[in-house]
Amino acid sequence: MDSYWFAVIAGSLAVYFWKILGYSLPKKFAENKEVVIFAGKLTVALLAALTAVQTFASGQTLTLDSRVAGVAVAAFLYWRKAPFIVAVCSAALVAALLRNLLGWP
Amino acid sequence: MSKRSRRSSVVSMSVGVGLAVGLYGTSFGALATAAGLSVWQAQVLSLLMFSGGSQFALIGVIGASGPAGMIPAIVSAWLLGIRNGFYALRLNSVLSVTGMVKIIAAQLTIDESNAVSASQESPKESKRGFWITGIAVFIFWNFFTLVGALLGSVISDPSVWGLDAAAAAAFLGLVWPRLKHFQSNLTALVAVIFTLVLVPLIPSGIPVIVGAPLAVGLIYLLKRTGLGKYLQGDNHG
Repeated sequence: MDSYWFAVIAGSLAVYFWKILGYSLPKKFAENKEVVIFAGKLTVALLAALTAVQTFASGQTLTLDSRVAGVAVAAFLYWRKAPFIVAVCSAALVAALLRNLLGWP
Repeated sequence: MSKRSRRSSVVSMSVGVGLAVGLYGTSFGALATAAGLSVWQAQVLSLLMFSGGSQFALIGVIGASGPAGMIPAIVSAWLLGIRNGFYALRLNSVLSVTGMVKIIAAQLTIDESNAVSASQESPKESKRGFWITGIAVFIFWNFFTLVGALLGSVISDPSVWGLDAAAAAAFLGLVWPRLKHFQSNLTALVAVIFTLVLVPLIPSGIPVIVGAPLAVGLIYLLKRTGLGKYLQGDNHG
């Protein structure tokens, strides 16, 4: 657990780097549309990739387990415009029920 | 709208956003401790990193890969933080800050403070929206991180409580509002495919930081070729 301090501090500095960089560059960079679109796309791609890995990956194997059902319920709730916290708790509840009551993986 | 009512509307909007976003700090705190971080580490992330997407990315990769995943975890958080840099570029002209105030403004530069600021009409309200939202989110996000971390730290097996599914649902909730245009959706889909194909082939944690940029690169190349016009549905690609 102590070794995680490295990730906590280095990660925080790495994220702050972008924030302070934006305040340090000449203002003309803000007008480059292509760069702005690139940043938006990269954000979408990373979050989608993280969703996929968190849903289907167990280490280096792909699996179908109770997480998938939980995420499917969350997707339905987001589609119905439910708040973030409601969807996240519902996903946990569904996965927990499937595991504890039905013995799903 | 009178000056006074405009001012109170930006204040209530900012505090409302702060409270709503802050509340899901609870899920961050709980998932962070479930991923193996201490309560303090979760708290320091909310204080120092202070960017929801990056924080979830860091703990998501560490939770899945353990200490071996620290470098990919840092890189994932770093790449997700790029967008804050673009908000900063915009806000730099709006806020006109210097010195110590600039250093604090940079830390408060996140999705929500930028969005509230950008939605205001007058430059004065735009500034006010940034500061109040940034400070409100910072306070609530940190408070609820502590609540969540304390709750999460008493849970010994996260999967029994479905916290692994909650982590996946949290990422889905972060990407959902961004899936508005065909090109974004296509980028997301390609990123998912690339990443899942890479999962069995390379150590865990790395597929995300390779798959997502590859997907963005591919969509960019497609846009540059004839296919791009077809994808965009217009003639000036």
